Amino acid sequence: MADEKTNAEAYWKANVRLITGCLIVWALVSYGGAILFRPLLSSIPIGGTDLGFWFAQQGSILTFVALIFFYGWRMNKIDKKFGLEE
Amino acid sequence: MSQFAINLLFVGASFVLYIGIAIWSRAGSTKDFYVAGGGVHPVTNGMATAADWMSAASFISMAGLISSGGYANSTFLMGWTGGFVILAMLLAPYLRKFGKFTVPDFIGDRFYSRTARVIAVVCLIVASVTYVIGQMTGAGVAFSRFLEVSSTAGIWIAAAIVFLYAVFGGMKGITYTQVAQYIVLIVAYTIPAVFIAMQLTGNPIPMFGLFSTHSESGVPLLEKLDDVVNALGFQDYTADVDNKLNMVLFTLSLMIGTAGLPHVIIRFFTVPKVADARWSAGWALVFIALLYLTAPAVASMARLNLMTTVYPEMAGQVENYDAAADNALQYEDRPGWFRTWEETGLINFEDKNGDGRIQTYNDSNADFADTAQQRGWEGNELTVNNDILVLANPEIANLPPWVIGLIAAGGIAAALSTAAGLLLAISSAISHDLIKNTINPRITEKGEMLAARISMAGAILVATYLGLNPPGFAVQTVALAFGIAGASLFPVLMMGIFSTRMNSAGAVCGMLAGLLSTLLYIFTYLGWLFIPGTNMLANTPENWLFGISPLSFGAVGAIINFAVAFAVSRVTKAPPQEIQDLVQSVRYPKGAGVAHNH
Repeated sequence: MADEKTNAEAYWKANVRLITGCLIVWALVSYGGAILFRPLLSSIPIGGTDLGFWFAQQGSILTFVALIFFYGWRMNKIDKKFGLEE
Repeated sequence: MSQFAINLLFVGASFVLYIGIAIWSRAGSTKDFYVAGGGVHPVTNGMATAADWMSAASFISMAGLISSGGYANSTFLMGWTGGFVILAMLLAPYLRKFGKFTVPDFIGDRFYSRTARVIAVVCLIVASVTYVIGQMTGAGVAFSRFLEVSSTAGIWIAAAIVFLYAVFGGMKGITYTQVAQYIVLIVAYTIPAVFIAMQLTGNPIPMFGLFSTHSESGVPLLEKLDDVVNALGFQDYTADVDNKLNMVLFTLSLMIGTAGLPHVIIRFFTVPKVADARWSAGWALVFIALLYLTAPAVASMARLNLMTTVYPEMAGQVENYDAAADNALQYEDRPGWFRTWEETGLINFEDKNGDGRIQTYNDSNADFADTAQQRGWEGNELTVNNDILVLANPEIANLPPWVIGLIAAGGIAAALSTAAGLLLAISSAISHDLIKNTINPRITEKGEMLAARISMAGAILVATYLGLNPPGFAVQTVALAFGIAGASLFPVLMMGIFSTRMNSAGAVCGMLAGLLSTLLYIFTYLGWLFIPGTNMLANTPENWLFGISPLSFGAVGAIINFAVAFAVSRVTKAPPQEIQDLVQSVRYPKGAGVAHNH
């Protein structure tokens, strides 16, 4: 019983760690690259404008899609590792 | 065949398809009605979620907003997609594991409180009803333009169609109908965009075309657009924004509002397994991204097309923009689409300087006033409603009539699919959460289904009435819907999963604090209950607290919600052991089983 409980706690910790990592990337591309850091990226040209504009209208959306699939894939592995899959 | 006949054919054929699917997949039990039997494949569910999510606002209005605002309005693109990341990681899998039908179900059980459940029902109904009004008016506009009926008749047609497939089909009918609607709307959105990207840049993929070279002038498309709008006194299309705090908060509000909107969340109750809820969110975003990556291309290309229609000499290589500005389009030579949209009143021309030409420019720019005077301009003469941009786009680019018929069917599909999903969320909140779990727990399954159908019919009538008599504050109502969902529902859902210590007192106080602070801030600037003239401060950036617009306040409301809930829960009793066990159990996928009734 105690083992099961520590196992479950470790599983939840691994999940929260993964979520934190993913959300840092999520915030970096949208609030960072597309908004707050846009002036810093203004020297990187892309198709008539700068990288920040690309992040705002394309890059962040593409990153969001990749993040969800990455999370799903990692979580499936974590589910199996801790024996908690359905 | 006339354009009218072609529109009728496309729209009619799509309706036959939707209603046929609804009849074929009739709901037989309450479970079917609420969650489609819990057996929908993640890809199918993702597609249905995408149709559910992409409303008339995404399909019709968003590109128009970006087109007029440029970079500053990228917030809509990021906000309405980024929400799915938090949904997939912070809410969907655990709510699926919890395995009930509705959002108030989770809040009521997790916080062991009838008060919490009732507050959740109220937030859900207010958010969903305000949102559904926009869908009914959107469908009404599309119907009236393409079927050449009055907008009143258009709204009644929309109401009848939604009634048929939502009331008889329930979630099961809606899920498969929405898959069909997604296909119709994405095809309708993409085809004209591909044609236009080809015409302007020679690149058939709109998202690449946006960053390619404009064929006619030989400079990059966005640079060309900046030059053209600049020559007319507008700020650069790609110009940066000064008020970054507001931009960040507005994006965040849209994101958490997306994650907290109940009609999106309930979609994740319909997949077989917890892992499928994660995949399902991913697939939903893939299908949404197909439209959202195309929208900014449509926006900038349509703006350029519109401007070069009015100033034909600005299209090519321009040495002197002043000279090019002189030869504006003669009003008599205006194209056919201009005339048809003029009849709807959504394009307006007023020859202020009496030269018979159409001059459009930014007449509120004081720095540009001298230039305008030198050119003999006496004010902007052309007003174009943002909402017609996507619908008129194929006509502006001279695309064949069947593309216009397709756009008509697509716009209507977008409005109807979202309306149906919202109505289902409203009816289940009333029949399931209010009647079955609060007022009359001994209601039979049959009685509950009947109550669900009656409340859905009632909700359609209310939405139709409000659609016919629109309160006239479309943007504000949408802000209200997102503000409420983001400031009240999202934080308690998240804390219900991520904090075992969160108790009913904390959740109730948090929800109320988030909800009331958001309403207070919105009403201060937009009037109490939006009644004009009752606002305490003028809605101008100088008056905003720290420069935060009322539309962005949902994010602040959510922070208040978190803070209050945290503080209150620390000084009150910890939740009972069985609740803490419940929180533990939703965290682990094992033993999920199908979504079940009580």
